[in-house]
Amino acid sequence: MPDQTERVEEFRLRARAWLAGNMPVLAPDAPPPERAEDDETWARDKELQRMLWDGGFAGICFPKEFGGLGLSIEHQHAFTEESLPYEMPLHLNVPHFSILGATLVDFGTDEQKAKYLPPMLKGEQQWVQFLSEPTGGSDLAGSLTRAERDGDEWVMNGSKIWSTAAMSATHAMCLARTDWDSPKHRGLTMFIMEIHQEGVQIDPIKQVNGSLEFCQEFFDDVRLPPDSVVGDVNDGWTVALALLAHERNAVGGGSPYVSGRNYLAEGADGAFDASCVKLVTSRGTADDPVARQLVAEAHVLDVVQRGLVKRIGLGMETGALVGQSAAITKLFTATSAERKTTIRLELAGPDALTWPVGAETIGRGAGEDFLERQATSLAGGSNEIQRNLIAERVLGMPREWAADRDIPYKDVRSNAMPTSPGG
Amino acid sequence: MNLGLTDDQQFFQETTRKFLEQEAPITTVRALADDENGFDRGWWARAAELGWTSFLVPEDDGGGSLSGEGVVDIAIVAEEMGRLVSPGPLVPTNVVADAVARGGSDSLRAEVLPGIVAGEIVGAWCLAGPGGGWDAHGVAVSATREGDALVLEGVSTPVEHAGQADELLMTARTDGGLVQCLVPASAPGVHSEAIESVDLVRRFATVHVDKVRVAADRVVGEIGGAAEAVERQLHLAIALQSAEIVGALDRVLEFTLEYLGDRSSFGRPLASYQAIKHRIADMKMWIEGSHGVTELAVRAVQDDDPEAVEIVSAAKSYLGDHASEILQECTQLHGGIGVTWEHDLHLYLRRITLDRNLFGTPAQHRERIADALITKHGTATDLEVTGA
Repeated sequence: MPDQTERVEEFRLRARAWLAGNMPVLAPDAPPPERAEDDETWARDKELQRMLWDGGFAGICFPKEFGGLGLSIEHQHAFTEESLPYEMPLHLNVPHFSILGATLVDFGTDEQKAKYLPPMLKGEQQWVQFLSEPTGGSDLAGSLTRAERDGDEWVMNGSKIWSTAAMSATHAMCLARTDWDSPKHRGLTMFIMEIHQEGVQIDPIKQVNGSLEFCQEFFDDVRLPPDSVVGDVNDGWTVALALLAHERNAVGGGSPYVSGRNYLAEGADGAFDASCVKLVTSRGTADDPVARQLVAEAHVLDVVQRGLVKRIGLGMETGALVGQSAAITKLFTATSAERKTTIRLELAGPDALTWPVGAETIGRGAGEDFLERQATSLAGGSNEIQRNLIAERVLGMPREWAADRDIPYKDVRSNAMPTSPGG
Repeated sequence: MNLGLTDDQQFFQETTRKFLEQEAPITTVRALADDENGFDRGWWARAAELGWTSFLVPEDDGGGSLSGEGVVDIAIVAEEMGRLVSPGPLVPTNVVADAVARGGSDSLRAEVLPGIVAGEIVGAWCLAGPGGGWDAHGVAVSATREGDALVLEGVSTPVEHAGQADELLMTARTDGGLVQCLVPASAPGVHSEAIESVDLVRRFATVHVDKVRVAADRVVGEIGGAAEAVERQLHLAIALQSAEIVGALDRVLEFTLEYLGDRSSFGRPLASYQAIKHRIADMKMWIEGSHGVTELAVRAVQDDDPEAVEIVSAAKSYLGDHASEILQECTQLHGGIGVTWEHDLHLYLRRITLDRNLFGTPAQHRERIADALITKHGTATDLEVTGA
């Protein structure tokens, strides 16, 4: 590390002082932030991000020449630890910074980075990913959305789905097929798309818990400029793989681009999750031996996750572990979230089933969380895909047989792409 | 392996692995199954030359660590021993070394520590009573004052390598709290009765103490004030035990993967079946999680972290549950050969089973965690915590 780099502890002290003087303080028992499903929440996050930017604490691990601070993950961890008592723009962490920003750092041209990274860091933009399609989620390279050349420009048609918070977003990275004569993985290109333009229709999807975070998009002759290609034309799969690795890392809790508490990876940042203790104390079951076992089991999962994230992060940084090892943290986070959600349901007993009209009780939270328990196990690559990755890519076990390998994609059997209900 | 080791520590880890592969391969472990002591004293002295019993002893007392972090250093040895289900009193001797180095009088340190460092003195720690409680409540030895001396009375079991030990660290209760003292195994009134164990080479005994007089300079720490030291020793023992478990798990996964790659059924390698790949993937996740939490536990003990109980007991309960399941899963994947004496799997299953319950079961450690969490965070809260 060069001498001029600020030492972590000095940085921490400077961050502590700045946070105390500038960021809004959270109540000591503040709940996790609301789901970001309305424009108001996003406006607030963008405002908070602007405060970080003005204070010189935006983009701690992003490159210096494009508006970041160019510091190490240890600096970021120190800042996160100091930031826990304050209101932070947490919704922008995933996917905006840790997936899309990270992929742009890896594959963007200098022109693209100069054009997009500073506004991302200032909170002027909000990026999302357009990857899954209605015809299939796990088989991501089977993309049927198409982009065709028209002079210098590209024209895109098709549909994407399960994109979080696309309604309020400004930009997306979108994977589309650009060569139908090549085999599956070799005919894809990654594009940057400005979302609010002619030909893009966005419909919200209501989830079991009532959330409207997810969206489906329909593209009808959407025009994209020549500089919207990320990486090389027909090499979009390389970009997508890197993007997915960033996603696993972000959801698993190991991303250097997440600033502030990571609620997707509970426990990873060492912050104590008091929900189970609160459940048993509020319900008067703190002396029940079975309840005590469950409280401890949930905490054990958090402690293990903290150790796992630290270990895998270090191993990938030094090269001791292969990049796909992030699948291990992703699978752990998801399966551990499943178990903890079930534990909270058990601890909440009848309080998870009924609650006073309009009240946001801890029991209601336990009940409603259970309804969407599998979300973490599906998002960012299902548990089954992570298990394939661990077995095949981390441990070198034989690959699964695939019917679509090495044949032109136009000859591959696929599901029918739905058309826009509006157009 | 701990991924955060220094170059010196990595070199030491390689040296340790070579030493064990040459001087205590699995064939030797199998041969020692019929040996009364379970390990060879000459071999132990050679191992001690590598530093195995000196890392927790200060330089002034003749010891010294590799990195300035003796617990991290000794965990490297424990992990390598796990890979080969090695024999030897690593944990008990180091626990005794740590306790004496921290709480022993000048004369006791001078008397005992050089011998431990040289591998000439083997230690054992008498903690639990017959009830199976691995904490203050489980202690079944009492100490009463008689002039300057203490008189010990009671029983401790199971005590690892008590029958081979030269010095016994006795944890006892007094009217005013716990006390610890170091008693020569040959002292009048000390009687070690060998018992059998599930492990092939780790030896255990029940230690009876009948009116054993202990001089004041053999008291370790303050009379009645030993509770903190006992906790520290328990944490140290569990951290090293955890390191041993992850070493064993790494090795078991290695040879299971080899077997699945070599063995075919229905015309294809077992390793090519997704039903098997997904089970292996889960095991890999548990093993990496075990490594991660072990590294945290070792760090917590190294740093005397005030929250060590939550971290160490998390490691103990997570590894206890998962390591034994991984061994059973690997046995299942091996098929019939996995349940034969000939195959090495059972040596690992034995060690993992021993480590699962020794120093407390997973459920006992979850209770410790719940106690710590509810005491610390369990003030009454409103039902409506998040507001309307």
